[in-house]
Amino acid sequence: MKVIGKPRRRVDGWAKVTGRTRFADDIVLPRMLHMKLLRSPLPHAEIEAIDVSRAEKLAGVQLVLTGKDFPVTFGIMPVSQDEYPLASDRVRFVGDPVAAVIARDEQTCTEALDLIEVKYRPLKTIATPEEALATTEPRIHEYGPHGNIHRLQAHEFGDVEEALGSSDYVFEDVFFYEGNTHLAIEQQAAVAALEDAGGLVLYSSTQNPHYLHRELARVLQMPASRIRVVATPNGGGFGGRCDPANHEMVVAKAALALGRPVKICLSREEVFYVHRGRHPVLMKFRTGVTKDGRLTGIHLQTLLDGGAYGSHGAASTFYTGVLTPTTYELPRFKFEACRTFTNKPPCGPKRGHGTPQPRFGQEVQLDKIAEKLGLDPAEMRLRIAVKPNSLTANWLRIGSAGLAECIRQVVERSGWKEKFRKLPEGRGVGLACSAYMCGAGLPIYWNKMPHSGVQLLADRSGQVTALCGATEIGQGSDDVLAAMVAEVLGIGAEDVRVLTGDTGLTPVDLGSYSSRVTVMMGNAAIQAAEALKARIAEAASEQFQVAPNRLEFANGRVFLAADASKGMAFREAIELAEAKFGTLGSVGSYRPPDPPGRYKGAGAGPSPAYSYTACVVEVEVDRATGWIAVPKIWIAHDIGRVINPVLARGQVVGSVYMGLAEALMEEQVFRRLPPKLSNALVHKFPSLLEYKSPTSLDMPEVETVFVEDPDPNCPFGAKEVGQGPLLPVPPALANAIYDAVGVRIDELPITPDKVLRALEKKAKGEEPRVGPEHFPAVPYPEPVVVPPPWEGGDGNAVKGAGPKVKVPA
Amino acid sequence: MVRRNVHIDLRVNGETQEASFAPYKTLLEVLREDLGLTGTKHGCELGECGACAVLVDGEPQLSCLVLAVECEGRSIETVEGMAKGAELHPLQAAFADLGAAQCGYCTPGILMTAKALLEREPSPTRDRIREAISGNLCRCTGYQQIYEAVEEAARRMKESA
Repeated sequence: MKVIGKPRRRVDGWAKVTGRTRFADDIVLPRMLHMKLLRSPLPHAEIEAIDVSRAEKLAGVQLVLTGKDFPVTFGIMPVSQDEYPLASDRVRFVGDPVAAVIARDEQTCTEALDLIEVKYRPLKTIATPEEALATTEPRIHEYGPHGNIHRLQAHEFGDVEEALGSSDYVFEDVFFYEGNTHLAIEQQAAVAALEDAGGLVLYSSTQNPHYLHRELARVLQMPASRIRVVATPNGGGFGGRCDPANHEMVVAKAALALGRPVKICLSREEVFYVHRGRHPVLMKFRTGVTKDGRLTGIHLQTLLDGGAYGSHGAASTFYTGVLTPTTYELPRFKFEACRTFTNKPPCGPKRGHGTPQPRFGQEVQLDKIAEKLGLDPAEMRLRIAVKPNSLTANWLRIGSAGLAECIRQVVERSGWKEKFRKLPEGRGVGLACSAYMCGAGLPIYWNKMPHSGVQLLADRSGQVTALCGATEIGQGSDDVLAAMVAEVLGIGAEDVRVLTGDTGLTPVDLGSYSSRVTVMMGNAAIQAAEALKARIAEAASEQFQVAPNRLEFANGRVFLAADASKGMAFREAIELAEAKFGTLGSVGSYRPPDPPGRYKGAGAGPSPAYSYTACVVEVEVDRATGWIAVPKIWIAHDIGRVINPVLARGQVVGSVYMGLAEALMEEQVFRRLPPKLSNALVHKFPSLLEYKSPTSLDMPEVETVFVEDPDPNCPFGAKEVGQGPLLPVPPALANAIYDAVGVRIDELPITPDKVLRALEKKAKGEEPRVGPEHFPAVPYPEPVVVPPPWEGGDGNAVKGAGPKVKVPA
Repeated sequence: MVRRNVHIDLRVNGETQEASFAPYKTLLEVLREDLGLTGTKHGCELGECGACAVLVDGEPQLSCLVLAVECEGRSIETVEGMAKGAELHPLQAAFADLGAAQCGYCTPGILMTAKALLEREPSPTRDRIREAISGNLCRCTGYQQIYEAVEEAARRMKESA
């Protein structure tokens, strides 16, 4: 291969290093106005009255919008379209927007916001999932099974109690993973304007222009064909721009009402309120094992703190369990999950979407199991690593699976055998593994259309243009698109112009989420490029009087495979094709294979392929201060095939960084204001200074290894790399701390105070552990019972259809 | 409220430009909104993230914390001034080649910070690079490829000197 696998400067690299990349807030249009949102200072209240008359009269103010201007709800998931662009009768968290001011500049907007008077009637605030379970009234939303429960679900694949009963050991552990946020450095911005004859264009830092397009049409009650969404390059995504956002809806409405361009850029504080980040999850794992460390069954229960709205929560809830069986051989699996509403900014998808939490629990528990059984944790995992070309207990189809090789690589490179349980007191190593999906097998709204489409244009200038709805969020999707097309056509990646993320110009791609872009856009791109190549080959082959398949495309030439001296420039071949066929173009599209599971709930978890990762973290723990230093991390990732090693390595190291950040310090947490100040539940530190994230001084050296186990469902065999490598980092760190000082910290983040507390307990002879003590009673429903593939099922449920979920109108 | 603009000359990337703006505006705002230099980014406007770093008289400064009126007569450098014509500054080339820019949003601030470092110390150790950019948050790269790019740029600059 000429392009795939070779280190290259990314196709959008020049723009990024010269400051020319146009992010949303860099867009300035003639006659543009500015907008700001008034947000609720109370976590839960009824809105009794809003008076905007003084704001409207301020010089420079053009328009004030409130909830009455937005009768229609929206939401990313069809089952929870529970958000209003501006709240009209109820606010549900500090930061819920209630009004918008559009004025000549931001300063005037800010002044006008102060003139809006909102009369609130405070309601009881629900701060935690436990409170949500205990509070039936008031309900934060009028939908969901009951009380303040948003989602409840239960699935059982084989009789897990029987499996646990006949196991040599059963381990029961409770873990907690704190919520945290994406913290992309770019603050979300959007510019809306009218295009010709009343059509709307919205430029926005969105990861998912297609879903935003649909929701805009819904909220604005306009035909989608009159709306164009342009996803500007995102200044970091990480899942934070997957949901359609209030400000996008409101700025669009304002531009339509005023006939002028309107821009909004959120402040950093607002970005913390928009959130949609990692769900805080409490988990209980009951795991049966044999003496030699084989898993017999897992009963996993999860409880999610969803925040104030549905967001992606229906999917997030599934993801706290459904990928658990994809890493190790697991004969039986029971999974119960519950998502609650609380009066906090809504949680949603963040890098790894729902799976880092159970991955943390499972990998720490495996470490405890290995310890108890006297097994080396790496050896034990090698023995139980999932096999390629297999089905899991919950009917997910595994293709290529390079996990065993990943484990061998990190064991070898880290000097694991010389270090594990052998380093001096205070130093330690920990190992963990993971698997992740390469794109969701099903779209967010049910349909049979492609998940990704690519269109190619070529003309006599020799220029090839690739159009796709995929969104460049920094991960390098534009570069992947160019590389796929270039490889097939035998030209350089830099010879392909890419135009992406524009619903007015590019074929639909569902968006940059669930690690789906390389696989889905890549397959569509190859199909389109092969179609174009066939035409060019047919025309060029006439020149040499050979069959088209005797031609080769490489190095910008089209030539006889048997005699490279007989050939022509790629541009000349295009001329011949344009003369023979007329204007040249081609399309390709991709839809994932139908999943084998057919039970209700089988839609979450299937993927065209799964990536695998293994990680070793080394730590030094200061016993006096509890301070945790990480000198080095080794990580091996089964990527299927590397497309551009420069970018792929960047995704791995970036994932390690984010995993380590969640493990050591990041937390989106809340506190109650003192009663004299309203007692409101507020974000503890909605600022970049106090929300601690690692700086360059905190980041260890990372040694990255790629295991290339090409997957037949993937373009050139390439699997995902943007999310999976985050998953093993937090548990590997926790396991390393145990190796270093013999204490278990069963909750994230692992901060020095928790280490000290555990060390004190150890010194007193108590269980040297800090973590949640118990798992509350959750009213899980009767499970949907599905026999695993090896117990004679056909992928259908044999009992239970799951809870009915009422959908809001 | 009556607001009167101030009217001053600013020297940006070697060019002197007249600028007229509200006196409370930060250098960041004037660069982006009044001079059209949107290469300089913002992530907090509170001095926490480093995305808005520019050079003022050769020193990295957070432009969100500097009032533009204070910059009269001083030399301001932004990312737009790094390349010579179409030729990238060695730092820019190394950042593009080695994956130091992923989303590219923190990149201008880090480039300016690194430029100031290399002008003072042509061959910094990795620890010095880590220290120099510790005020610039990057969420994508995990910083490793940024260190490598600064080291590579230092090498290339020494070779061509």
